[in-house]
Amino acid sequence: MYEGVVQDLIDELGMLPGIGPKSAQRIAFHILAADPADVRRLAKTLIEVKEKVQFCRICFNVAQAELCRICSDPRRDTTVICVVEESKDVVAVERTREFRGRYHVLGGAINPIGGVGPDDLHIRELIARLADGSVTELILATDPNTEGEVTASYLARQIAPMGLTVSRLASGLPMGGDLEWADEVTLGRAFEGRRTVSP
Amino acid sequence: MTHLQLVDFRSYPSLELTLPPGVVTFVGSNGQGKTNLLEAVGYVATLGSHRVSGDVPLIREGAEHAVIRSRVVRGERAALAEIEILPGRANRVRLNRRQLSRPRELLGLLSVVLFAPEDLQMVKGDPAARRQFLDELLVARSPRLAGVIADYERVLRQRTTLLRARGDLRTLDSWDESLVRHGAELLSARLALVDELRPQIAAAYAAVAGAETSTPVGVDYRCSVPLPEGADREAIADAMLAELATLRPREVERGVTLAGPHRDELVLSVGGRPARGYASHGESWSLALALRLAAFELLGADDRGPVLLLDDVFAELDTHRRRRLAELVAPAEQVLITAAVDADVPAELGGPRFTVRTGEVSLAD
Repeated sequence: MYEGVVQDLIDELGMLPGIGPKSAQRIAFHILAADPADVRRLAKTLIEVKEKVQFCRICFNVAQAELCRICSDPRRDTTVICVVEESKDVVAVERTREFRGRYHVLGGAINPIGGVGPDDLHIRELIARLADGSVTELILATDPNTEGEVTASYLARQIAPMGLTVSRLASGLPMGGDLEWADEVTLGRAFEGRRTVSP
Repeated sequence: MTHLQLVDFRSYPSLELTLPPGVVTFVGSNGQGKTNLLEAVGYVATLGSHRVSGDVPLIREGAEHAVIRSRVVRGERAALAEIEILPGRANRVRLNRRQLSRPRELLGLLSVVLFAPEDLQMVKGDPAARRQFLDELLVARSPRLAGVIADYERVLRQRTTLLRARGDLRTLDSWDESLVRHGAELLSARLALVDELRPQIAAAYAAVAGAETSTPVGVDYRCSVPLPEGADREAIADAMLAELATLRPREVERGVTLAGPHRDELVLSVGGRPARGYASHGESWSLALALRLAAFELLGADDRGPVLLLDDVFAELDTHRRRRLAELVAPAEQVLITAAVDADVPAELGGPRFTVRTGEVSLAD
């Protein structure tokens, strides 16, 4: 145990995800040794992020205003929505530059053990977005794990009566890789999701 | 396995062993560290211990991590596997000095069949012990199934939590769909395995019990879901889904998942009577050995040439079964044996005998 505020800092840092007691201690001492101006900037950014950042009224992505950058961009295709779990997934899909539609951030995945049910996610808001019929296609891009799969399945069941095109991201082999280095689970999934090659 | 090197593993601060093919015996009193050696060999094959579920006990007290380094030769090719066991974190595994992105990729390099005193539980114990026997063999033959089993168990825990909460069941259909997808894959793999095992277990039982008896053994998979004859994976999935629909009111009432591979039973019988509860001590041991020997046969047929690990098992057997077992395991490519008393290991099993004393392993004279 350290004295007073140093221990407080370690405890606070230790509450962050992915940071254990040893990392917390290392970061705390890094901060102690850092230039005061740098630390002040970090503290200011931390406060700003809570004060200024809000969630987009339409898609629940992080935003600096009422609408996020994507929802306020008139060049984006309004007929397609890509559904993701978290804002960081929006960034990942955006990096591909393949998708020109809009997003919907659920805020997690269905997870009974974690106490997350459908009402804890932005599902009702998604259904409301689809109500006026302008959206014709939905891409379910939840994580390829148990909870992500079940969330996609639940959404597909809810949306089925609305008659949209609903698709799920393919899971399979990474490009640029060697077949022999693929692990069995990935290769097995890729086999299941194989496509016909047209001549 | 031609070389085994341990650093801070269990009672061994540092150990280096060269292992010849054929039979190798480690003799030492209890608590001297014999079983730790077989445990380390088993860890290379399965990335788990047969004695404990967590990795922490494997690390020598006071040490930060344990290392198992081994050289495995198959045919002309040798592979060097290094496993660093880190407490509370994923292990670091290197194969031929290349770090594997997932430790799981090591599975399949070495296969082992372990015989241990606890094997009697496969006959006398709960159904879970027999399901575990099947699942471990499935994974040894097809490592991909480790992922299927893990997914099934995860969905099962989620679904059961949802049922137990007795609240909002809107997502239950989606959990059913997921449970059935993984469950049908596991179930069809188990059914195919039992069909392959049945004749092997019967033959091995006859070989172990020998002239003593000609009682037939039965091996039947009793499924918690009624299945049509010869159902394929799709038909199994349909049957599971239908059964879950039938059971739903009871499941909701009791807060448990009542059908699926986690509720199935492998029924073993001797002379038409269930082995669990009816078989004598001797019959039970013959059957337990037959299960392991059948696994050895199947893995051998897959051209994996498993290493046999016999942990303190001869002491449990009468003279007759000792000799039978010795004859049956002697032809294996490599057999590693531990015993507290040298004389317990039948003389037919030649090969070097090592003495294990307080973490020191030396060749006995």
